[in-house]
Amino acid sequence: MSQGFSKSSIGRKILMALSGFFLLLFLFQHFIINLLSIISADAFNEVSLFMGTNPVIQFVIQPILLFAVVFHLIMGITLELKNKSTRPIQYAMNKPSENSSWMSRNMVITGIMVLLFLGLHFYDFWIPEIKTKFIEADMSGLNESGGLRFHEELVQKFIDPIRVGLYILSFVFLSLHLLHGFQSAFQSVGFNHRKYTPIIKKLGNLYAIIIPLGFIIIALVHFFNH
Amino acid sequence: MSKLDSKTPEGPLKDKWTTYKSHSNLVNPSNRRKLDVIIVGTGLAGAAAAATLGEAGYNVKAFYFQDSPRRAHSIAAQGGINASKNYQNDNDSDYRLFYDTIKGGDYRAREANVYRLAELSGNIIDQCVAQGVPFAREYGGTLANRSFGGAQVSRTFYASGATGQQLLLGAYSSMNRQIKAGKVKSYNRHEMIDVVIVDGKARGIIARDLVTGKIERFGAHAVVLATGGYGNVYYLSTNAMACNATAAWKTYKKGAYFANPCYCQIHPTCIPVSGELQSKLTLMSESLRNDGRIWVPKNIEDVKAIREGKLKPTQISEENRDYYLERRYPAFGNLVPRDVASRAAKERCDAGYGVNKTGYAVYLDFQEAINRLGDKTIKERYGNLFDMYENITGDNPFVTPMMIYPASHYSMGGIWVDYETMTTIPGLYAIGEANFSDHGANRLGASSLMQCLNDGYFVLPATIPNYLANDIHTGPINTNSPEFEKAENESTALINKLFAVKGTKSVDYFHKKLGLLMWDKVGLSRNEKGLNEAIAEIKSIREDFWKDVKVTGKPNQMNNELEKAIRVADFLELAELIAIDALSRKESCGAHFREESQTEENEAKRNDDEYRYVAAWEYTGNGNQPNLHKEELTFNAIELKQRNYK
Amino acid sequence: MDFTLKIWRQENANAQGSMNEYKVSNISSDTSFLEMLDSLNQQLVEKGEDVISFDNDCREGVCGTCSLYINGEAHGPKKLVTTCQLYMRSFTDGQTIYVEPFRANAFPVVKDLMVDRSALDRIQQAGGYTSFNTGSAPEANAMPIAKEDAAAAFDAAECIGCGACVATCKNASAMLYVSAKVSQFAYLPQGKVEASERVQNMVAQMDKEGFGNCTNTGACEVECPKGISIKNIARMNKEYFAAKTVSEK
Ligand SMILES: Cc1cc2nc3c(=O)[nH]c(=O)nc-3n(C[C@H](O)[C@H](O)[C@H](O)COP(=O)(O)OP(=O)(O)OC[C@H]3O[C@@H](n4cnc5c(N)ncnc54)[C@H](O)[C@@H]3O)c2cc1C
Ligand code: HEM
Ligand code: HEM
Ligand code: SF4
Ligand code: F3S
Ligand code: FES
Repeated sequence: MSQGFSKSSIGRKILMALSGFFLLLFLFQHFIINLLSIISADAFNEVSLFMGTNPVIQFVIQPILLFAVVFHLIMGITLELKNKSTRPIQYAMNKPSENSSWMSRNMVITGIMVLLFLGLHFYDFWIPEIKTKFIEADMSGLNESGGLRFHEELVQKFIDPIRVGLYILSFVFLSLHLLHGFQSAFQSVGFNHRKYTPIIKKLGNLYAIIIPLGFIIIALVHFFNH
Repeated sequence: MSKLDSKTPEGPLKDKWTTYKSHSNLVNPSNRRKLDVIIVGTGLAGAAAAATLGEAGYNVKAFYFQDSPRRAHSIAAQGGINASKNYQNDNDSDYRLFYDTIKGGDYRAREANVYRLAELSGNIIDQCVAQGVPFAREYGGTLANRSFGGAQVSRTFYASGATGQQLLLGAYSSMNRQIKAGKVKSYNRHEMIDVVIVDGKARGIIARDLVTGKIERFGAHAVVLATGGYGNVYYLSTNAMACNATAAWKTYKKGAYFANPCYCQIHPTCIPVSGELQSKLTLMSESLRNDGRIWVPKNIEDVKAIREGKLKPTQISEENRDYYLERRYPAFGNLVPRDVASRAAKERCDAGYGVNKTGYAVYLDFQEAINRLGDKTIKERYGNLFDMYENITGDNPFVTPMMIYPASHYSMGGIWVDYETMTTIPGLYAIGEANFSDHGANRLGASSLMQCLNDGYFVLPATIPNYLANDIHTGPINTNSPEFEKAENESTALINKLFAVKGTKSVDYFHKKLGLLMWDKVGLSRNEKGLNEAIAEIKSIREDFWKDVKVTGKPNQMNNELEKAIRVADFLELAELIAIDALSRKESCGAHFREESQTEENEAKRNDDEYRYVAAWEYTGNGNQPNLHKEELTFNAIELKQRNYK
Repeated sequence: MDFTLKIWRQENANAQGSMNEYKVSNISSDTSFLEMLDSLNQQLVEKGEDVISFDNDCREGVCGTCSLYINGEAHGPKKLVTTCQLYMRSFTDGQTIYVEPFRANAFPVVKDLMVDRSALDRIQQAGGYTSFNTGSAPEANAMPIAKEDAAAAFDAAECIGCGACVATCKNASAMLYVSAKVSQFAYLPQGKVEASERVQNMVAQMDKEGFGNCTNTGACEVECPKGISIKNIARMNKEYFAAKTVSEK
């Protein structure tokens, strides 16, 4: 790739979209796995064990994922800062809703809400995982009574109604982020087609509603199961 | 020897241009970078010339009053551009295009120039296509053509309804390439207010930086005017708001002759004036006349009822309508040429039959065509025009007839130039609509774009070396000379004088007044009495202007009122010359209709014995009667005929 | 009709500006927005005051000179028209109308409502052309171009360079404007030769001028008086990506 790509506006936009695509894929698989947690505890445990111990996933995919999240975050905020500086005097009267959706204009807000969620989410799941696996060096995935620990650990997080509430709220923001983000990523990488773009837009809306809604259901099911 | 030497090369018509090019002086490529050329105007003519001279290696300085070269009024041309490519295999040829143009111009153009125009027209299309101009195409991928008034062949190239825009953007892109290469330096928001003559040669200009108000000097070995037409002398016209005659007029006052100023084209199908605040008139494509029928009510009572809003045009029955074009010209009907259609509309409105509030409008009715062809076909043909009309007037032409009225559109007259496009001032050139050269007394549709690009891409770049060849040892032009000093002082004095009047009326007040007078007495139809009155009235408006105009703001800042004042001051002088020229040409020809010279059927009558000449006027001092120089026109390749559309 | 106008006045690029209030009355609904401003200016001249500067020229929606952010939208409330083609019948009697210049870092105010859009020209100078010297062009019909491609190129080429896209975009991005040119050439064989350098140079210049980044809000295409589609932006992204990765230039 020639010089300056990642410094140019379009280069950054394309990289942003690539990280977005990756996150979309991740989220999809994350959703499927977590869906298992309300269908079958055993199946969920099995998959979690596999995901949690498979070296490719642990040492290749996971770092990429973390990188993608951090990259997406930093890039998103850099772009936003740059964009904020391009209009020093604001309009006294402006009607942006006449020409664009709220979601498209507030990606950074919805993004930051997702970021805050991720903070909480990492504190809830990821940090304990890392602690168990790498600090305590317990790669067995077993709990004290000898069964797989993943499902029960998960379920415990959904006792506190405040946390569940926060989760649900975040998923709404995630939905808003994706309502624009999904189709936007295609536009960013240069895909806009007379026939396919309308389909992509519909697909994007489905994705952006079904997946966060699914997560909400998962959270609620666990909450009410207590 | 008279100064009016057209320098037309000897030899057969067909070989003249080749002969010229083979014998003219050249400038060696390495010497070109020692030569500076100022181009004023970046419309089709100016931008094309700037690009081409830049490519050749000269140092070009391009001036324009807009913020970008792409905004010159060439952008507004809709219809198309002619070229004798004969792609449609309908027997078109250079000769036929030449013939149509001469005839369309009512035999008042120079044969050699027009032939060259036809001969080079094909190259223009090649050049534009290479630039990426998206002309309309056939399914096979080749270029499409449409037919246009005044021709029996299909030779007009077009890009939807935005041909001028696309051609200008093409020329602009070539110019941009030279700006990047450092060969063209572009001065936006700069208005030329004088030309500087040193030792009898044009050596530079004085321009006002419109942003800072600074009066600046620019020197060059040659100066090219590509400043467009003066249609705005009528105040309301299809021209852009800032189109003006200042550059041309100032050079006239410094010794360049002004040719045929009275040839002003009035376009028949424009949206009429709707109110006092009206600032310009919008052209509706002439193609509308193919399916629209033009009429006014037969009874004056109906007219009154319509104006009062008591009656709708659709309520007037067939027998109470006067389809006056079909009545007067059964053979051509609604498709008579521009000047005939315009005059007939004015005649009806002057007789009191105008159908809008102001009394200056006639109907262009599509009902019959809609009945015959259906809404769908009409929509396909004219959809965008109908939309444009509805946006401006609020009326839907499917429901109620359109209203139209003629408006000032184009100036065939302009600075006199010879075969090389050089004016009577050595080193001063004029190209595009600014010169008088190729359209005679009437311009055919789609021929101006052709002429502008031809002048800019091909003619000027081939003729200017013949002059510049003598300047390779001159060195840079010194702008500190007394001549520059004097010209700058005059410009500053003019501006101070305008501010000093401190009168009570705005510039627009005078411009509107002048426009109305010109329209009335020096417009579509002219007579001796009216012209004499006009001359006296123009003088008095001018005197009033200098006594009572009020220019607000400051000279040393962006000041739109001052810009207008400078332009209108010049219109007030040019208007008089137009009237003087119209008065002296006691024949009717093309757009110039003298009531004294008409046939028994009230049609225009040319007088070839006495008026087969170009009238070139020489300035003789403020308020003095200018001197008339005549350039005889000889026709060898063409036989002169009277037009007939009955 | 009567209107209250709140208009931005600013003496020059360095001066402080502010919104000022004016009143106009007896305006017919057939008057264009700019003619309404003309009449206000006449009023100011009568009072001996400096007129309000605003850019305009052709007044038929094609030169791209007129601008203005009217009541919160570029070129006013009506879609697909420029300010000069906006008529007072789009407003209601007695309405208060805000009139502001197109705002962007890259468009410094010249005076009042007039801004400097030469950044747009500099982007074209960076590469918006094909390199054919006059006279060197091949015969026009030597290069057949599919009707649809010519039409698509025309649709992109219709951009009038008004800058409403920039003024509208929350990021003051010029992507729609730049992409219109890049796209026009991308559809045509003549444009292919220099495609790679063109897109790289134009984008580099665009970035240098201080325009923002596109985040695909799509506002520009809604407010563009010529209805230029953001499809062109996608096209430019692709061209750019290809130029930076595949092309050796
Ligand atoms: C509405 C309309 C439709 C038309 N349709 C057609 C058509 O379909 N086909 C056709 O062949 N013709 C058509 N014409 C005519 C044709 O468009 C013009 O004659 C032609 O474009 C003129 O080009 P130009 O380069 O001579 O001047 P313009 O394009 O008018 O450019 C003048 C340039 O000079 C500059 N300038 C002027 N004065 C000064 C000054 N004092 N200082 C500095 N710069 C100055 C301006 O900034 C501008 O750049 C149409 C005209 C109009 C008005
Ligand atoms: C960490 C918190 C996040 C922040 C701060 C954030 C911020 C942003 C911002 C500002 C944009 C707009 C940038 C642009 O379009 O150019 C964006 C786009 C996008 N985001 Fe996020 N985001 C975050 C998390 C996520 C997550 C978790 C996903 C997916 C699951 C995601 C998917 C997307 C997608 C698909 C786009 C569209 C990319 C494009 O338009 O090219 N984002 N994000
Ligand atoms: C009810 C909803 C959710 C549940 C039950 C859930 C559950 C989990 C669990 C159990 C883990 C730990 C897995 C592991 O690291 O092995 C995890 C990690 C993670 N989750 Fe979630 N999650 C939910 C929603 C989300 C959402 C909406 C996002 C993104 C926006 C998200 C992003 C992540 C990330 C980035 C990790 C770290 C992954 C890794 O590095 O392996 N989660 N989640
Ligand atoms: S893309 Fe549209 S809004 Fe932007 S400059 Fe071109 S015409 Fe104006
Ligand atoms: S409005 Fe701006 S964000 Fe992109 S799609 Fe248009 S440039
Ligand atoms: S003034 Fe030309 S587009 Fe509005």
